[in-house]
Amino acid sequence: MTNDRRWIPYLLILPSVAFLALLFIVPLVQTIWLAVSDNGALSLANADRMVNDINFTRSLRNTFLLTLMVVPVQIAIALVMGSMVAKVGRGRETILWIWTIPLGISDLAAGLVWLSILQNTGYLNSVLFGFGIIERQTGWLSYQTPVALFFAIAVAEIWRGTAIVMVIIVAGLNQVPKEFREAAEIFGAGPWTRFWRITLPLIRPALQSALILRTVLAFEVFAVVYALGGRNFPVLVGEAYNWQNQNQNYSVAAAYAVLIMVISLAATLVYLKAIKVDPERLP
Amino acid sequence: MANIVIDRIRKSFGAFEALKEVSLTIHDGEFVSLLGPSGCGKTTLLRIIAGLETATSGDVRIGDNSIIGLLTKDRGLAMVFQNYAVFPHMTVYENVAFGLRMQKADDLRVKAQVEKAAGLLHIEPYLDRYPNKLSGGQRQRVAVARALAVEPRVLLMDEPLSNLDALLRLEMRTELKTVLQAAGTTTVYVTHDQTEAMGLSDRIAVMHGGVVEQIGSPVEIYNRPATRFVGGFIGNPPMNFIKVAVSNGQVAAGGEQISAPKDAGYEVILGMRGEAVELAPLSTGLEMKVRVAEPMGSHLLLTGSIHDQPVRVVLPASETVKSGDTIGLKLDRNRITWLSPESGKAYPALTA
Repeated sequence: MTNDRRWIPYLLILPSVAFLALLFIVPLVQTIWLAVSDNGALSLANADRMVNDINFTRSLRNTFLLTLMVVPVQIAIALVMGSMVAKVGRGRETILWIWTIPLGISDLAAGLVWLSILQNTGYLNSVLFGFGIIERQTGWLSYQTPVALFFAIAVAEIWRGTAIVMVIIVAGLNQVPKEFREAAEIFGAGPWTRFWRITLPLIRPALQSALILRTVLAFEVFAVVYALGGRNFPVLVGEAYNWQNQNQNYSVAAAYAVLIMVISLAATLVYLKAIKVDPERLP
Repeated sequence: MANIVIDRIRKSFGAFEALKEVSLTIHDGEFVSLLGPSGCGKTTLLRIIAGLETATSGDVRIGDNSIIGLLTKDRGLAMVFQNYAVFPHMTVYENVAFGLRMQKADDLRVKAQVEKAAGLLHIEPYLDRYPNKLSGGQRQRVAVARALAVEPRVLLMDEPLSNLDALLRLEMRTELKTVLQAAGTTTVYVTHDQTEAMGLSDRIAVMHGGVVEQIGSPVEIYNRPATRFVGGFIGNPPMNFIKVAVSNGQVAAGGEQISAPKDAGYEVILGMRGEAVELAPLSTGLEMKVRVAEPMGSHLLLTGSIHDQPVRVVLPASETVKSGDTIGLKLDRNRITWLSPESGKAYPALTA
């Protein structure tokens, strides 16, 4: 036995690398190949079929609209929640625990929760009817009420997905020593100035992580949409699902999957560029 | 005029009383240290002046106006923090300019003030760098420059040197004194380091258990401690306390009789600085059993006992006392502090 144990770390890391390579990289390569090939030859036929499908433009637009609506609202709410809980002494853990409950609920279950509120015989209609605001059951989730449907899905997504953003933001806020805010206060900065000039720049890394994670997840939105709107509100992952299951066309489904990946990667690159994190300018 | 009046400030955290009616007046242009061990309330008092902490009761006035109801940002103070709190996402220039920017000063004034403060603290070469590129000492200079740039009525400093290494601390201490003397700003300085407080302050407020035990000039505090705590906290080695019997108003110190204070009972505590003694023949001197003799180069430090009570004595380095010796000491009677064994408070100095 020699004292040379440099190989031990590699040995310990090997299983996880092998596991990921087998179950992630191989399917990824297969999916990409599936998307860009036709009968074993390189081809744009699948992409062509995807783009010319009647639901393609709608699903692309819906997914982007939903992301543009949901992500900024989630970041804003998470910042407010994080700032509020920072002032709390006792009971802080309990509050955080309650706020993170949506993290533990699967997205389909979350969709069903909101379905029970928003469907024709749901709680919302009962309440509105009880107060005499509406005279009969009103549909919120049909193809005839696209705006209501959009907002219903957005609200459900915000409810479900804000917790993870908040967890990241709170972790970021915890990294900022309170002396920075106190120093700013001493030198005459009000709460608003302190937030914009001190706190926000100092939590850039957390903000960047939260934005990337949330945006990638937002482009993958599916179960909540499916539960609330079915095919009345087509989104990209929903289309991939339909091509795979209903149409049994794995190649076009793969084309959708690759498209979603490309969009996510592009969004990530934009964030990395836009919110530069310079380690030299961090606490 | 920016004198600070701290008027019967109390502060409780739940059942714990951090400050028990602290009153203190700090004059315009004066440098006052709040000195005490951790948990004595010194930082809490500073934070109450700053408005970062709310007092349970009492008042703080600057000039003649109460500031206790004002928001921190409206108090017109500046502060230097223990961990510098120099903003990492701003250049040194913007850090120093921060207070002026908040006051919406025009660019010309900002530039002039930043350059002036940077000049005082010798940080001009770093103005366009980010703080993470700087050493601890340089960052602390930036923090001080940021505070001086706004020409505050009152400068608060919370253990500003304690994160620096020993050599740098000594250097920064001297420099702080030069800079602050030049600026003439009323300064409240919190520290647990007595040498810092002694070296820098016009007056020191020694705090213990939420009260100010004594306030006075460094020399007064050193020579005439008001309480046993102050004598034991200030000085290295700390003051010696020897319980002695009083008979006919006199205390026997070896062959000598020393007058005890008039109000003293049968026993009194004799407080004696380690260096306020000289060697005397055993026949006339106060007997000390030397347990350990440590030649320190500049002086000779003796640890042992008088009347079976532990003492530390400092003699000139030229004396040749060894561990295990028994020696005689002659006390400098002008430098004795008499304390009550019951209250631990000093009797008024005898005017002999």
